[in-house]
Amino acid sequence: MNWESVIGLEVHAELATQSKIFCGCSTAFGQEPNTQVCPVCAGMPGVLPRLNRTAVEYAVRVGLALNCTITRYSKFDRKNYFYPDLPKAYQVSQLYAPICRDGHLAVEVDGTTKIIGIREIHMEEDAGKLIHDAVSDNTLMDFSRCGVPLIEIVTQPDFHSAAEVRTFLMQLREILLYLGVCDCKMQEGSLRADINISVRPEGGELGVRTEMKNLNSFKAIGRAIEYETRRQIQLLESGKQVVQETRRWDDDAGVSYGMRSKESAPEYRYFPEPDLLPIYIDDQWLQSIVENLPEMAEAKRARYMRCWGISALEAATLTSHVYVAQLFEEVAALSRNPMEAAHLVAGEIMRLMNQTDTLPEDLAVDAKKLATLITLVSSAKINRNAYKEAVEAVFIDGVDPEEYIAQRGLRMVSDADAIAEAVAAVITEQRQAVADYRAGQHKALGFLIGQAMRKLQGKGNPALVRKAMLEALE
Amino acid sequence: MLNMTALALAKAIRAKKLSVTEAVAEYIKQIEQTNPHLNTFLTVSKDTALARAQTIQAQIAAGEITSPLAGVPIALKDNISTLGIRTTCAAKMLENYVPVYNATVVDRLEQAGMIVIGKLNMDEFAMGGSSETGAYGTVRNPWDTERVAGGSSGGSAAAVAAGEVPLALGSDTGGSIRQPCAFCGVTGIKPTYGAVSRYGLVAYASSLDQVGSIGRTIDDCAAVLSLIAGPDDNDSTCVISKTFTFDTPLLERLAGFRIGLPRNYFAGGINADVAQAVLAAAKELAAAGAQVEEFDMPLMDYMVPAYYIIACAEASSNLSRYDGLKYGYRSPAAETLAEVYRLSRSEGFGLEVKRRIMLGSFVLSSGYYDAYYKKALQTRTLIKQAYDRLFERFDMILSPVAPTTAYKLGENVDDPLKMYMGDIYTVSVNLAGLPAVALPCGFDRQNLPIGFQLIGAAFSESKLVSAARTYQHRTSFHLQQPGGAWV
Ligand SMILES: [Zn+2]
Repeated sequence: MNWESVIGLEVHAELATQSKIFCGCSTAFGQEPNTQVCPVCAGMPGVLPRLNRTAVEYAVRVGLALNCTITRYSKFDRKNYFYPDLPKAYQVSQLYAPICRDGHLAVEVDGTTKIIGIREIHMEEDAGKLIHDAVSDNTLMDFSRCGVPLIEIVTQPDFHSAAEVRTFLMQLREILLYLGVCDCKMQEGSLRADINISVRPEGGELGVRTEMKNLNSFKAIGRAIEYETRRQIQLLESGKQVVQETRRWDDDAGVSYGMRSKESAPEYRYFPEPDLLPIYIDDQWLQSIVENLPEMAEAKRARYMRCWGISALEAATLTSHVYVAQLFEEVAALSRNPMEAAHLVAGEIMRLMNQTDTLPEDLAVDAKKLATLITLVSSAKINRNAYKEAVEAVFIDGVDPEEYIAQRGLRMVSDADAIAEAVAAVITEQRQAVADYRAGQHKALGFLIGQAMRKLQGKGNPALVRKAMLEALE
Repeated sequence: MLNMTALALAKAIRAKKLSVTEAVAEYIKQIEQTNPHLNTFLTVSKDTALARAQTIQAQIAAGEITSPLAGVPIALKDNISTLGIRTTCAAKMLENYVPVYNATVVDRLEQAGMIVIGKLNMDEFAMGGSSETGAYGTVRNPWDTERVAGGSSGGSAAAVAAGEVPLALGSDTGGSIRQPCAFCGVTGIKPTYGAVSRYGLVAYASSLDQVGSIGRTIDDCAAVLSLIAGPDDNDSTCVISKTFTFDTPLLERLAGFRIGLPRNYFAGGINADVAQAVLAAAKELAAAGAQVEEFDMPLMDYMVPAYYIIACAEASSNLSRYDGLKYGYRSPAAETLAEVYRLSRSEGFGLEVKRRIMLGSFVLSSGYYDAYYKKALQTRTLIKQAYDRLFERFDMILSPVAPTTAYKLGENVDDPLKMYMGDIYTVSVNLAGLPAVALPCGFDRQNLPIGFQLIGAAFSESKLVSAARTYQHRTSFHLQQPGGAWV
């Protein structure tokens, strides 16, 4: 029998707002535990939430990019459960009137376009983190993450393979990055996905589904889908049933195990959050969100080509990742030479990224340093070879470009006497080539210039060397 | 001095007839004498209050504070968060909880130069109508210490009645300001939902809770309300900018005031003395020129059930944060996480609180949500609509506060249903988010105070206060003071 897997996703994205969703605390990652906490996010008795409008705007941005209907009267609900990382013992979320509904995203898999339905996007607050302290054998609580705004993007069960899921997630990630609403770092947990998965005979009735949690990388998601599909098929083929349950993926072991069955699923006792008014997004607010949408890849490509005459190919490369586009735009602005910046980022930088396996999100190269090099090469202070060498040193070691060029003596020789001396020496030494040139063999000129450059250790200003050589030959 | 109204006291302080320190010291002396008999105060912040008295005195002298209540002591129901002062909600769960922040209302009182002299006893987490459910003993009624003070703001009403403090803040979720005011013969205002910030009021039922004032006269209560009312960025449900104008001149005549009298509130379970006194209040207002007209209040049978379903549902969620982990009581017997939750909550909460948490959890659970919680919300909408229609006909509705006067200690504790039915006249006001004032209007044959309430449309506090002022101008029930062995 041919089996088909049916997969839906719940993608959690932490919104990159400066402050938390219901208080003024910072959302910065990686600070000391419990340093970004106030009475509100710590759930002290008597506190009340106040909604961060930017979080709403970010959620709406995602809804617009995913072709959703924006809910004009959206509401919050409380999801009640006890867990030490949840100081109020309820999470403010949206069950009955989520902020966005009924969207879709077209993804390209193996050359065919697939439409993935988006059931809804809802807003909620993140919980804190539990840290196990091995020394004292205690579990410690860090509430700094409590109240960081999250959106949960729930897809329809429209996927049938790990490859489709992976492509969708990559594309979704690019959209979130371009929208500037999430930094999408799966390792830090700012982008997380749960998978609902079931199998059925191809085209048959939907099977019993399981939900998989704790997926911390694209690779883990792919592996978990393949594992779970296999597990369910094996169960069914051996005449057993799939149990509806939540499972936890252990990426190190490459296996998942059951966490809780449907029967033991928690009773969340959802009800409307009385401490917050409904969010009303009127035409004016919606309009301003639309107007402030960041420029997406397609628009960037068009602008690069239109305004700066950058080729279609280079523009596509530059916008393949938002961080690459950002780097390019910074270098272009700092160097005031967009064309040269485009050649540099689309060419040498992309080559170096591939060579060093650097992911776009890990791009740490200093745009200012690259801009300095562009200025140096375009004002003929260094030649192309020196430029390329210095770019690599900046990319890999983060060297200071000016210092590096000085130390390596890469600055071009434009001194007329030094050039004249080198040219004179070549003319004396290379009698045959000089004779050839004078006899009309103009290609000998290249050889002679090359010899002069050699005497200048490759640093001669090519234009000046050429000019001096021609004059000497006349 | 203890007989003065708060406004008169402030005036005497401004006129330098009395110092702030003298006033504070005098009240603290009274508290120290009477509290052992009445159990109104859970915490007396004597040292901080006396220290603050000197600061405020200096500021008044320098003309830096000009509020009409500057220098006047006030006490707060112990569910109002006070920075550095223990806030227990009369619960074992929060026995040693000292807040790290002030409720908005506390900041506003202090900015106006009022002096917080202590925290008042109540029903545990404001759940109850007799101030008997708290973990620190029962509040006693100054008119008869063998009787309850009402609740849940029983400590607030009793303290004002006993002259321990000229003013107090309470909170009203289903009658918790008005009913103890009626039982103790004092005046109170339950403001419109959203008129006063709830930030720092330890939540019982978020969509119903409202902070309000309790005092000897309507003018004192209104003066406090003008200090604490107004939008607060920290409370999303307190956003409407309405300024109350309470300083209008006394109306000798209530000409043009249309008052509705719910005929069916006076049939059935109401005590005859109470009915008579409340009807007499209606006559008094009619004599002052108001147009009093009877009507039948709809949905009366659904008010108490809808209230308890909604209040308990919200409470079950609001009280989940008391989990034994972060602050408050943790069972010493607990070893596993599940035990920390189960034992801390089983041992840390009292019976009535547990009853309401269980009721609330039940009505929200899947399979019951639609049958109970959703129905209650629908009922709430119907009640709101009924009031909307009534306020097309009337400026205000005059009603009893409670069907009885203060009952004996322990009389109702084992009969929750009977206790809940005592809320019949008050809860619909909270369900509809309306303002109401409670005023003394007589005494029963055992010389226990009787109160009535005037209920208005949302944000009609100014009008309610006007009518109440005229009433108190024409009567002297609010000037009567209790006496007894404790005095
Ligand atoms: Zn915070």
